[in-house]
Amino acid sequence: MSEAYAAEGGAHGAEGGLPNPMHQFEIKRLIDFELFGVDASFTNSALFMVIAACVITLFTVYAMRRRALVPSRMQSVAELSYEFVANMVRDNVGTDGMKYFPFVFTLFMFVLALNMLGMLPYSFTVTSHIIVTFALAAFVFLGVTLIGFFKHGVKFLKFFVPSGVPVVMLPLLVVIEVISYLTRPLSLSVRLFANMMAGHTMLKVFGAFVVALGVLGGIAPLAFMVAFTGLEILVAFLQAYVFAILTCIYLNDALHMHH
Amino acid sequence: MDPSAAKLIGAGLASIALVGAGIGIGTIFGNYLQGALRNPSAAPGQFANLLLGFALAEATGLFGLVVALIILFVF
Repeated sequence: MSEAYAAEGGAHGAEGGLPNPMHQFEIKRLIDFELFGVDASFTNSALFMVIAACVITLFTVYAMRRRALVPSRMQSVAELSYEFVANMVRDNVGTDGMKYFPFVFTLFMFVLALNMLGMLPYSFTVTSHIIVTFALAAFVFLGVTLIGFFKHGVKFLKFFVPSGVPVVMLPLLVVIEVISYLTRPLSLSVRLFANMMAGHTMLKVFGAFVVALGVLGGIAPLAFMVAFTGLEILVAFLQAYVFAILTCIYLNDALHMHH
Repeated sequence: MDPSAAKLIGAGLASIALVGAGIGIGTIFGNYLQGALRNPSAAPGQFANLLLGFALAEATGLFGLVVALIILFVF
């Protein structure tokens, strides 16, 4: 989508008007590469995923290298993020869900790092492409469903039958439950993608207004832009949090089947 | 009517979904504040639920945005 759109006008609109807000989402091939006839080029999206993975790994390894009883500043940040996710898993899934903690922690830190890297000027927001978020969400969905079936066997299908409902209503309600279960990966991925894309588009459009207003007229709007950037950083954190907490809630549904 | 004009009108109509998101977010934060002022000691425990409700309400509005984008750029 962004590629086709960017090809129409490039960084600046076709008539040389305001900058094209969609240009920032353009995927660029950095190293051309083809694997068995499939285009597997190393793109700017892949580059930022590699950077995110490296940043997280370096941060955690570097911060925890001393393992002091009285933590240094770096170590306490690492411990804070560990405790944050560990509490999230413990509160929402329970202690028997702690064996899935490494997965939730990785997911949270990866999405958070991608969102935060996207807030740097001239960088690329990987999570603003639905294929990336959908791949993450589909992995969560398939994994959670498989866990449910492995743990409960065929009884997991009872998850779709609400209890305490008249038998007459059941055929309708089961269909609704199945549909709502199947829309989970969709809503999980679209929430993250739409938030990131809408936020970055809004920043770009408003930023162009500030530039168009000039030095004198643009001072107050520039202050608003700073506030908006702060809001976007909040959203970047919040969406990573929501992604992780919904993963926990889905895990809890699969493990304990409360209904 | 010119098909491209209809497309733009459709995209604009799709963004009406934001009305619902606005009402939802307002309700969530308003009710949270109301509850938090009545019982401030219980408020921090519900902060996670507040953020969750906010994100869920916001997502429904953003689905409308996605529909608008699909209308604009896919068809």
